[in-house]
Amino acid sequence: MRPLDPLRKALRRDRVFDFMMPQVVFSPDLDISHGPILYLEDVTVSFDGFKALNDLTLYIDDGELRCIIGPNGAGKTTMMDVITGKTRPDSGSVFFGQKIDLLRLSETDIAQGGIGRKFQRPTVFESHTVFENLELSLAADKGVWPTLFAVLNKAQRERIDEILETIALTGQRHQLAGTLSHGQKQWLEIGMLLAQSPRVLLVDEPVAGMTPQETERTAELLVSLAGKHSVVVVEHDMEFVRSIARKVTVLHEGSVLAEGTMDEVQNDPRVIEVYLGD
Amino acid sequence: MILGRFYRSDRGGAFLLAGLFVLAVVVPVLNLAVPESSPFHLSTYTVTLIGKYLCYALLALALDLIWGYCGILSLGHGAFFALGGYAMGMYLMRQIGDRGVYGNPDLPDFMVFLNWQELPWYWLGFDMFWFAMLMVVLVPGLLAFVFGWFSFRSRVTGVYLAIITQALTFALMLAFFRNEMGFGGNNGMTDFKDILGFDLQADGTRVALFLASVITLAVSYVICRFIINSKLGRVIVAIRDAESRTRFVGYQVERYKLWLFVFSAVLAGIAGALYVPQVGIINPGEFAPLNSIELVIWVAVGGRGMLYGAVLGALLVNYAKTYFTAAFPELWLFALGALFVLVTIFLPKGLVGLWKRKRDTEP
Repeated sequence: MRPLDPLRKALRRDRVFDFMMPQVVFSPDLDISHGPILYLEDVTVSFDGFKALNDLTLYIDDGELRCIIGPNGAGKTTMMDVITGKTRPDSGSVFFGQKIDLLRLSETDIAQGGIGRKFQRPTVFESHTVFENLELSLAADKGVWPTLFAVLNKAQRERIDEILETIALTGQRHQLAGTLSHGQKQWLEIGMLLAQSPRVLLVDEPVAGMTPQETERTAELLVSLAGKHSVVVVEHDMEFVRSIARKVTVLHEGSVLAEGTMDEVQNDPRVIEVYLGD
Repeated sequence: MILGRFYRSDRGGAFLLAGLFVLAVVVPVLNLAVPESSPFHLSTYTVTLIGKYLCYALLALALDLIWGYCGILSLGHGAFFALGGYAMGMYLMRQIGDRGVYGNPDLPDFMVFLNWQELPWYWLGFDMFWFAMLMVVLVPGLLAFVFGWFSFRSRVTGVYLAIITQALTFALMLAFFRNEMGFGGNNGMTDFKDILGFDLQADGTRVALFLASVITLAVSYVICRFIINSKLGRVIVAIRDAESRTRFVGYQVERYKLWLFVFSAVLAGIAGALYVPQVGIINPGEFAPLNSIELVIWVAVGGRGMLYGAVLGALLVNYAKTYFTAAFPELWLFALGALFVLVTIFLPKGLVGLWKRKRDTEP
């Protein structure tokens, strides 16, 4: 082997080096000229040989409300982890718009860039008031020094008021988030996502543990958000999914089993088999 | 008006600053203006003792900032205190000049004793006060930066971080014990003569150092309070309560932690630099893990996450220590241990929490 071989090998590549790629810039005019805002293609994630995601390919259109269902262990939460940068896939690609490669970005970058996520368990900042929770979530320069000297301006205050209105917590604005009811925490968390002005909202089990009235309100809320944002809802509650869904994707063993309207999906023999057993 | 708003938003802090102001006026007067024969005279020994407590209070404040508000339990904060102290000690050592036992104008005594011919490179510049003060801030800050950068980036938290910080201070202690490190080995540095040309033994200098401690503590308190009341402070508490949520909201958690950790280390270093000229000695014992653990106890006893709680805790526990170690020396460690256990079980918010609870339950 000649001494220059490794160098030649390194130079003979089918793509440019990462450091030569243009800097990722999130901008309000995200390139969505082909329709979808989120592309997941052939994504595979395995944990100790178990494939949580197996060649998953999924497209989310701009402004759509998509429900993702599937039995336990189908890879729903893992899929969200991959999109938000918490888990790196073994293979596959994840793009935000046409140009932004999410696999090269950190969780923080992705969050700032316009993909908001609500966790399965409601997580809000319990020792802050509802208002402060939203203040912290508001889209702004989130560097250390700017944050030290940050003062809320009028537009930001109005934005917070607007969100409080949307999530019906105006009356609780000065209450500590830790003292809210379970359903209110879920809404506050959705409000925190909204405050980040995201393009895509990933919502993991929003109605778990909610009363029927709260569930109904949440459904209204999510439906009203679609259009302005793309909303991806992962949920177990079929009744809830039926009430909001336009398009449903069924995941099974890490890949897409069926996709379509709720009726189409529910009458699909493969889905029935997965859900009802053999 | 500003004072009124401050009082309403931070009553404990207002009391603390008022107390410090009273100290700053009364102590110098009682020491310098009241004749020694008068029963109201305050001895210089007492002045220095209070000054020493104030340095500890500043150290406790630094720890409370990261532990109480960000949940970073550092069991090695004594290391930053000691490093600040060593930087000051090196300056004071150079000020001795040829008045040492060996009368060598260029080298401190311990170097002459080790047969060294010239000053090591890292001692250069320490004859200048401004340079030494710069190092008081830079050395602890830099160490905290490097240490924090590695540990926060690797997402080391909780008890693991506590153990690593403990290891850090222990490693530094062992290193500083070695003679060839060039910091005086196990004897450390002592026998200081003067600071900025003023005799360290003079009452006036002692009072000036005391005042410097009071002012530094007060200013640091105000800065810490400003940080905590800012949006940054709210982000820090958010990190403590729900770290991954904070990350998904778009804050770079590691940078926030690192910034706060470095700031806290710098405060600790300044505390050490004020401490050394008052007690007149710095040795590797200051790096002892036990010191850092005691520091945690001060903050826990006072009440963490309130800033003034830490100050109060440091003052009370150290006063108790001075009293007990003189009256019942063998009992002190038991008392300290019992205090920690009792506070943890019965007063999770410390002594300040007790007072707060009483106030809240009153009609």
